[in-house]
Amino acid sequence: MAPQTLYDRIWASHAVHTEDDGTTLLYIDRHLVHEVTSPQAFEGLKLAGRKVWRPGSIVATADHNTPTLDWDKGIADPTSRLQVETLDANLRDLDVKAYFPFRHRNQGIVHVIGPEQGATLPGTTVVCGDSHTSTHGAFACLAHGIGTSEVEHVMATQCLLAKKSRNMLVLVDGELPRGVTAKDMALAIIGTIGTAGGTGYAIEYAGSTVRSLSMEGRMTVCNMSIEAGARCGMVAVDDITIDYLRNRPLAPKGEQWERAVAYWRTLRSDDNAKFDRVVKLDARDIKPQVTWGTSPEMVVPGDGRVPDPERERDALKRSGIERALEYMALKPNMPMTDIRIDKVFIGSCTNSRIEDLRAAAKVVRGRRVATNVRLALVVPGSGPVKEQAEREGLDRIFRDAGFQWREPGCSMCLGMNDDKLSPGERCASTSNRNFEGRQGPGGRTHLVSPEMAAAAAIAGHFVDIRTWQSH
Amino acid sequence: MEKFTVLNGVVAPLDRANVDTDAIIPKQFLKSIKRSGFGPNLFDAWRYHDIGEPGKDPATRSPNPDFVLNQPRYKNANILVARSNFGCGSSREHAPWALLDYGFRVVIAPSFGDIFFNNCYKNGLLPVVLQESEVDRLFHDIAAFPGFRLVVDLAQQTVTYPDSSRAYRFEIDAFRKFCLLNGLDEIGLTLRHADKIRAFEERRKAEQPWLFS
Repeated sequence: MAPQTLYDRIWASHAVHTEDDGTTLLYIDRHLVHEVTSPQAFEGLKLAGRKVWRPGSIVATADHNTPTLDWDKGIADPTSRLQVETLDANLRDLDVKAYFPFRHRNQGIVHVIGPEQGATLPGTTVVCGDSHTSTHGAFACLAHGIGTSEVEHVMATQCLLAKKSRNMLVLVDGELPRGVTAKDMALAIIGTIGTAGGTGYAIEYAGSTVRSLSMEGRMTVCNMSIEAGARCGMVAVDDITIDYLRNRPLAPKGEQWERAVAYWRTLRSDDNAKFDRVVKLDARDIKPQVTWGTSPEMVVPGDGRVPDPERERDALKRSGIERALEYMALKPNMPMTDIRIDKVFIGSCTNSRIEDLRAAAKVVRGRRVATNVRLALVVPGSGPVKEQAEREGLDRIFRDAGFQWREPGCSMCLGMNDDKLSPGERCASTSNRNFEGRQGPGGRTHLVSPEMAAAAAIAGHFVDIRTWQSH
Repeated sequence: MEKFTVLNGVVAPLDRANVDTDAIIPKQFLKSIKRSGFGPNLFDAWRYHDIGEPGKDPATRSPNPDFVLNQPRYKNANILVARSNFGCGSSREHAPWALLDYGFRVVIAPSFGDIFFNNCYKNGLLPVVLQESEVDRLFHDIAAFPGFRLVVDLAQQTVTYPDSSRAYRFEIDAFRKFCLLNGLDEIGLTLRHADKIRAFEERRKAEQPWLFS
């Protein structure tokens, strides 16, 4: 048999039927469901008189709309409440694998709870009506976002109609310098290949740097694949993967665990597998990153400067830079460290896991949020992340510094609840999208790592974390 | 799903690259549990000076006269021409729903965000990929000729000037074309393979029982 990539292998093992033009019915093992992109799918099923094919494949939670304050008061916004209640109603009589409704102790961001509960397992196909489903690829899954019609299709048939992507290998070797994280690596990759560089590809991340990352770090990198245009990103299985999954509530146990592990260890690309495109980065060249514009590819190192459109020869790109600078209210050539911020958000499916909170807390410990920062939010990714952080006293460190310590959810990553930017406000955010209005109409987002966000909160402006002295 | 065969329509230009789905339909409108009614809020932040909220009466809003879709010449446009990577970002199907609800049936661009591209087909909105140079030409001609129209023919896979002075060919997967031309329900088509799916599932259950426990 011809050598296969990890993606080829998982694709082939899930193909149920293939049309002449390559359109394939792909069997779906795990369907993650949340309140925003599922109501119309359930309604569609009902209207057509169809049933959910395999409720046991579904893991669901409410995360996008849920408030992060005053949980005892419920959801104040009636439209948000209706959406969350609709999810409750749709799942009520369905025997799903797991459902963590609003206020459940395991509730959280769908992409944090999947791995945390052991619902995300190697070699599987994972879909969700959310583009950051790519996160789960860290477990050698074929995991990607789908639209609501596809949510309905998967519910009705347990399959997705899909065309195979091309293979891209992103190879990162060497040791990341001090202060440089998986987030910086992800942003540096996007800065290199562009926000559409991965369109039409499935990315596999490999190399010594990727191997040395924790599962949390690998999830951060895979999470941002979609910001490079790739629907999915993946990492081969190794001991780090298996150690993470051992004893997770929904992971296999006993003899089944042994069988599963034996299979999982085969989940990697063949040595001579062919990739359509290979991108190489040297980890030692990566610096802490900060975005300056309104697309994740508009990114520079923390010690860099805002770009000058005058130096861009391509007219379309130049007008894009000018428009972004105007929206972001930035002057060409100003040092990134001169940019003052109004708000800080530490959270999102990109950076809200325990390791992220530990890293941010280390920067914050014993200091105070700068007076010009109106709001500094820490939103853990899930109930268990929050509990773990509290056991370690991280909540105290954040609170003592002037941060607000909130309940889990998507929160200010997209501002569907009350956590958002006001027009003109500037935010250092550990989330994944700096699009216009993403965190609130007129809001200005700068994407950074948790360490960089924490340092910006203390300094009141961006800093190069490599110069930061821990207490 | 509504069929798509041939469309002869007014063309509107959106001269920006990387138009993301947050821009197409902002997050505050995603709280709806319906598939319709998103048209008045298409490109909301660009289209209006005031901040849009669900339920706000469009008649009370303050439109931004500089935004291209607010210009009278593009009033009845049903073909949108945009730059590369149109529809990048979030998987929200509300983006094609909003474009359709507004009246668009075709979006032409040099490239699209993957998930958005897929979502279009599920709703009878045709995403057409043309060469960068062809799209450049379209932007030029839209500006030069008020009331500029195009004829999009799915069966022929062509985008043609009404006077036949120019014709561009586009590619589309055979299966997608077939579904769109006939307005077929994909779920119904897939369920024809229900026995195959069941057999696959049984085999998988035997091989990897931990996925079914």
